[in-house]
Amino acid sequence: MQLYLPIADIPINVFLILAMGAAVGFVSGMFGIGGGFLLTPLLIFIGISPSVAVASVSTHIAASSLSGAMSYWRKRSIDLTLALVLLGGSIVGTILGVLLFTYLRTLGQLDLVIALSYVVLLTGVGSAMFYEGLRAIARARRGGNPTLRRPGSHGWIHGLPLKMRFKRSKIYLSVIPVNAIGLLIGFIGAIMGVGGSFILIPLLIYVLRVPTSTVIGTSMALTLVTMVIATVLHAVTNHQVDAVLALILMVGGVTGAQFGARAGQRIRGEHLRLLLGLLILAVGVRFAIEIALRPDDLYIIREAGGA
Amino acid sequence: MMQRLRLAIAGITLSLCGLLAVQDAHAERLIVSVSNHRVTVTPNYSGEELVLFGSVEPEANAPGFRGNYDLVVTVSGPRADMVTRRKERKFGIWVNADSRQFLNVPSYLAISSNRPLDLIAPPDVRRRQQLGLDNVLLTQRVGTDYADVVASDPFRSAFVRLRTEHGLYREVTSAVTFLTPTLFRTGIPLPAEVPIGTYDVDIKLFTNGALAARTQTAFEVVKVGFEQFIANSARHHGLLYGLATAMMALMTGWMASIVFRRD
Repeated sequence: MQLYLPIADIPINVFLILAMGAAVGFVSGMFGIGGGFLLTPLLIFIGISPSVAVASVSTHIAASSLSGAMSYWRKRSIDLTLALVLLGGSIVGTILGVLLFTYLRTLGQLDLVIALSYVVLLTGVGSAMFYEGLRAIARARRGGNPTLRRPGSHGWIHGLPLKMRFKRSKIYLSVIPVNAIGLLIGFIGAIMGVGGSFILIPLLIYVLRVPTSTVIGTSMALTLVTMVIATVLHAVTNHQVDAVLALILMVGGVTGAQFGARAGQRIRGEHLRLLLGLLILAVGVRFAIEIALRPDDLYIIREAGGA
Repeated sequence: MMQRLRLAIAGITLSLCGLLAVQDAHAERLIVSVSNHRVTVTPNYSGEELVLFGSVEPEANAPGFRGNYDLVVTVSGPRADMVTRRKERKFGIWVNADSRQFLNVPSYLAISSNRPLDLIAPPDVRRRQQLGLDNVLLTQRVGTDYADVVASDPFRSAFVRLRTEHGLYREVTSAVTFLTPTLFRTGIPLPAEVPIGTYDVDIKLFTNGALAARTQTAFEVVKVGFEQFIANSARHHGLLYGLATAMMALMTGWMASIVFRRD
């Protein structure tokens, strides 16, 4: 069934978009990530302009993180205090990211920076998760402690001032690194057009030592708020949010996410991390190949002033 | 310097056109009509083909001219500035290195004729009348100058090639059919990703390699109904539109968590 999108200005197949939304929703429900890093490249691949894709995906992520966040809220596994402190940094980071985005666009190097950040971040985070997952599985095989015992003693991060208590996560921590992580996620999210949970979750686990019980719910709550803000900002500044595209995506997405979440509960934590690591790594490698190989066409056309 | 030269050329061309117009009063007349002057983009739009009909009215007292009429139809869509970038290998990766800006160029361009353009008119006429993709004026910004370049320029040919691949530029030298010696028709295919706006149709009649008559018409491509409502809201009420979209997202997420609630 063909449908003409009012903002993207192209006709699309509704079932294809629904299926893409559902597939990415499944993955995001399973791993507790937004899935923007998968969905945005997919939409660009089927011919939707990058600016419309980034703007509409943020709407989709808002919807899927709300349905996810609500079920985590019922399980009392969202640390609101932590989410709020992260949000403070994230808003500043988003503004800085949008400024850099605009500057790079005038230089004509936005494509390269987006591709390079995908390569560096995705391959980095992906291989780290993959390696960690492998080690955890090996540990479980040896009959050691199968639960993730976050290694290392309390480092310098725990010696920073301005400490506060995050009750639900049962951690006592300085707000400086929390804000800094929020800032980094906001910055990266604005440039790459992703929610950033695939970076946020490892950072929360390995740097801040947030327990796994609250990490996904908290990350979803943060993603929800930043993506709602991003949707409104995109609508006000670029007029590139396609509500019809977003609606089709989110209907597929929230449905897929429910099944993904159920599937995720049946898989052991370390296997889940291994899989997610592989997935992230694969997308990163794909981007690496794209900029390393000679492109099919050396030329591209863009509307002047467009991304 | 370049600009002054262009102005001079434009001036000469204008005065030539003036001369031609005077002669036209005694020559053939063209009468044309497009099948649809208002193409509406609705949710089920996925491309459309318009038909242009027309006839050549020979001069009333012309003593039985049985010559060959040649016709070139140029349809140009709304104009926009575009950038063509070329990738180069630097430090082992492919990056956008060089770029050219195309100023005020048609977003859609279709050139149809009844036979190959080089048989219709000599090169100088083709250039002056902008016949064919190679001769249409595509102004580039080259440094501080504004000029069109030769058709073989790599940026220009890449630009035309990419637009052609998307069905936005086309040149078909067999698309105009003469049904009788004076009655003709041609199709104007609009692709799915059609630019919204006004389209100018320029019809030029040639006899023996010289311009004999010329007429113009136009049609518009507009969004209507739901499409128009969404596009207008997004453009003119960005904040409200954004808030409404965000609300829609929240409602969808909330509904899903109720529908799929298990506990």
